[in-house]
Amino acid sequence: MTALETAAAVRSGARSAREVVEGHLATIQAREGQIHAFNLVTAELALQTADDIDQQVARGEDPGPLAGVPVVLKDNLCTRGVPTTCSSRILDGWVPPYDATVVVRLRAAGAVVVGKANLDEFAMGSSTENSAFGPTRNPRDVGRVPGGSSGGSAAAVAANFAPIALGSDTGGSIRQPAALCGVVGVKPTYGLVSRYGLVAFASSLDQVGPLAGTVADAAAVLEVVAGHDPADSTSLGQPAPALAGVLGQGVAGLRIGVVSELMKGSVDVDARVREAAGALARAGAVVEEVSVPAVAHGLSAYYLIAPAEASSNLARYDGVRYGLRVDGPDVTSMYGATRAAGFGAEVKRRIMLGAYALSAGYYDAYYGQAQRVRTLIIDSFAAAYQRFDALLAPTSPTTAFRVGEKVGDPLAMYLSDVCTTAANLTGHPAMSVPYGVGDDGLPVGVQVLAPALGEPVMFKVAAALERAAGGGGGAPGAGSGGAGMSTAGAGVAGAGAGRAGGRPTDGIVGPVGTR
Amino acid sequence: MTAGAVPGWDLVVGLEVHCELLTATKLFCSCRNAFGDEPNTNVCPVCLGLPGSLPVLNARAVELAVRVGTALRCDIRPSIFHRKNYFYPDMPKGYQISQYDAPINRGGWLDLPGGERIRIERAHLEEDTGKTTHVGRSGRIHQAGHSLVDYNRAGVPLIETVSAPDLRSADQARAYVSELRAVLVAVGASDGKMEEGSLRVDANVSVMVSGAPGTALGTRCEIKNLNSLRSLGRAIEYEAARQTAVLEAGQAVVQETRHWNEAESRTTLMRSKEEAYDYRYFPEPDLVPIVGDQRWQVAVGADLPALPAERRARLSDALNGVGEAPSPLRSGAGGDGREAVATLVELDLDGLVLGAVAAGADPRLAVNRALNEAAADLVGARRLDPGAFARLLAMEGDGRLSATQAKAVLAEMLAGGGDPVAIAQARGYQALTAEALEAAVDEVLASYPDEWSRYLSGDVKVGGFLVGQIMKSTRGRSDGKAAAAALEQRSRRSAKRPLPGESGSGKGRLSGKR
Repeated sequence: MTALETAAAVRSGARSAREVVEGHLATIQAREGQIHAFNLVTAELALQTADDIDQQVARGEDPGPLAGVPVVLKDNLCTRGVPTTCSSRILDGWVPPYDATVVVRLRAAGAVVVGKANLDEFAMGSSTENSAFGPTRNPRDVGRVPGGSSGGSAAAVAANFAPIALGSDTGGSIRQPAALCGVVGVKPTYGLVSRYGLVAFASSLDQVGPLAGTVADAAAVLEVVAGHDPADSTSLGQPAPALAGVLGQGVAGLRIGVVSELMKGSVDVDARVREAAGALARAGAVVEEVSVPAVAHGLSAYYLIAPAEASSNLARYDGVRYGLRVDGPDVTSMYGATRAAGFGAEVKRRIMLGAYALSAGYYDAYYGQAQRVRTLIIDSFAAAYQRFDALLAPTSPTTAFRVGEKVGDPLAMYLSDVCTTAANLTGHPAMSVPYGVGDDGLPVGVQVLAPALGEPVMFKVAAALERAAGGGGGAPGAGSGGAGMSTAGAGVAGAGAGRAGGRPTDGIVGPVGTR
Repeated sequence: MTAGAVPGWDLVVGLEVHCELLTATKLFCSCRNAFGDEPNTNVCPVCLGLPGSLPVLNARAVELAVRVGTALRCDIRPSIFHRKNYFYPDMPKGYQISQYDAPINRGGWLDLPGGERIRIERAHLEEDTGKTTHVGRSGRIHQAGHSLVDYNRAGVPLIETVSAPDLRSADQARAYVSELRAVLVAVGASDGKMEEGSLRVDANVSVMVSGAPGTALGTRCEIKNLNSLRSLGRAIEYEAARQTAVLEAGQAVVQETRHWNEAESRTTLMRSKEEAYDYRYFPEPDLVPIVGDQRWQVAVGADLPALPAERRARLSDALNGVGEAPSPLRSGAGGDGREAVATLVELDLDGLVLGAVAAGADPRLAVNRALNEAAADLVGARRLDPGAFARLLAMEGDGRLSATQAKAVLAEMLAGGGDPVAIAQARGYQALTAEALEAAVDEVLASYPDEWSRYLSGDVKVGGFLVGQIMKSTRGRSDGKAAAAALEQRSRRSAKRPLPGESGSGKGRLSGKR
């Protein structure tokens, strides 16, 4: 049952929220031991909340658009009275005195929090193996990672522990695990969703977003959590976008570009993306390949900016006020001992990288240069969006890799983010939609990118892909896509029209330069 | 023992003055900005730096910063916040949100009462830290047994005003801080209470060979923990002497941060240049740029009250006529007129004096009564009606009240307001009219004809005796000055007229005097 179906049933009184929640708790009970999606299952609180909602319905009140829908929260979202760990020992014992804005909004919409999901420590990682509490497994194949850092959230949705979850995406941390677990994951436009109560990793890149089994459920969650929040200075003045209405509109006439620089993953993944493009073309979209040259530098810029901000954001974990404290003979020793014991290897690596990038004498060569590259990437995408309504790319260059496969090779792990960091650097929205499986039978995610506040067009394209893939659960798989775009480019008015008949790469019409 | 006083060496000082802004709430959250509350009661997730919390900029703090920038003649520009990263227990986030290379106020100046113009490099916004009390041997963090931290102050808005190295003596440094404080108070940015830590000063001190060009500044030391004008002056003098001694011994001054130890009256090493923090400044990603609307900025600037320098000029002009003409004050009890003017402005009594002078009061008398008597009761003085003050001064000036009586009436006016005529009447002071004084003179001259004759023939000494008799006959209601004036006037007239004693009563003729 999708979130929207559940909410409709609860609101109408056809099903009780308690019944819904008990059902999901039973699923969790049955399979959580194998998956380890959660740091904490808040079963009792969830049942209490469910009873409250049932009472509201009994009184004739409407509990809201997500009435009785179980939701899993990534454990870097603050929850009043419920421990929030960021999967780190450094926050040992800390209980937030407040709810994150997104949590407040979910509760107000009638959603029922069932637990806090595992993540890579402080959201730093791409496999959910960097957790102080042990790795999360991919429900599609428990020998594989779920991706990360929102691996717990993605696995929870994939295992039907809840129909929806919230994650955070700093460099792909919602989209990549969504792809690897075969669910929908959305990184909204920077500033569309409040960051208040999201424990910061890299403030200028972090964004909260939904994971869900279907595009429509993801849209419903985004409609609830998005919109201006005065507690977040970087929050846009925008109201939440209206998305439900656009999902069925189709993509006829939309101009969609396939980003050539990102088509460098494994052969099967790239093939699914081309098939997805073909499906959109058949549905009436104008599809071309497009070059966004600066995107090639995205990963290096990201791995300077994100650690730099992280080195500062994580300075507050000093053992003085909350969380872990390891005593020492003086305050400096106490800081050192606390942080040495409290942070895992990847977090320490990024703090050191970031502190170095910001150091006197190195700032301009590293952090400064990365920011200039960021500007270049923003310009590069702006040019692309002059010609296209949305872009397509793989979400992850590979399907889910084996647990332990990349743990010892940080650089290989960082390459998992090669397709996703650009949207964080530009602040633009991007989402991953399941589209078939790879040669290994594991899910492939296709990434849809759109310009700032282009959520409506992004969801329109995502919904079309979902339909083409056979709706949420279907599997177009190898060979079911097909090349159907060979003449699409000819329909583009002005830009790119003259390029029709160009490079015959799987039927995609000529690369379109962005400069 | 300023370095300036040591032949061959010049002292160079630049000051960083941290001033807590007078806002209702903190810079980035809605906690109360208040001094002296129970520790850790004015705190919230934001100012405690709890995970997930985010700052939101206080608009009033920006407005006050613009007022300060306008008063200091700064260039007010779009600005951003930076993070200044370092670890300290009273800094909850592990970084301070401050302004770095794009501060709100850049370039400006402050004119001192002595006439010197001190350049201002910048006046930027930042948040205050909490307050740590080290419990242990030395009161310093590294030897402390344990430390107590109060976060009530964490996140309180500060404006840090950085001067150019334009100050040349400890006295000048103190005058600068005093004047800056007056400006900050005048524009409503600060309560100016140094004793409560509202104003804190770091001093950058160096000495250089006399007459060296300005670019050849010596190596400087930064002195922290200067919480009073007295500490500031003493620390600068100590540091200047220390550096001069180092240089005269042929050694080099080492750049370092030093701590002023008030109890031991000396500066001690806090951290060397090698131990200096690398603050790893970078733009604060949780805040957006401050882009002031030009019209709003102009409106805020136009709304400023008169600044101390303007008020001094205005008062000086009113007392002297226009310009820096010789002051009636200089010959008066106030000593240096410039100092009297500065003091009146500092005490916020310039309005009283200006009002009284405009109502016709004698400027010198107004200044004297304001500086000596009114200043003793500032609360009363600031609400004293200048018109009533002027009427009192007129009564004293024309002898209706003696100096002693005038002071007594003024004291009553300061305590409870009221009209001087009515007060004097109630006290029985006002009875001594010109007629009564003349009558008293008549009486005395009739009683002492011999003395009067001697006085008329030039025996000045006997005048004192006659004045004394006149005062006695009025039972103290006439002071010596008025009695002497009456006697003098009578002696001039008597060149033409017979002595009172010889013509019987002169009352009828004398009564027409006024």
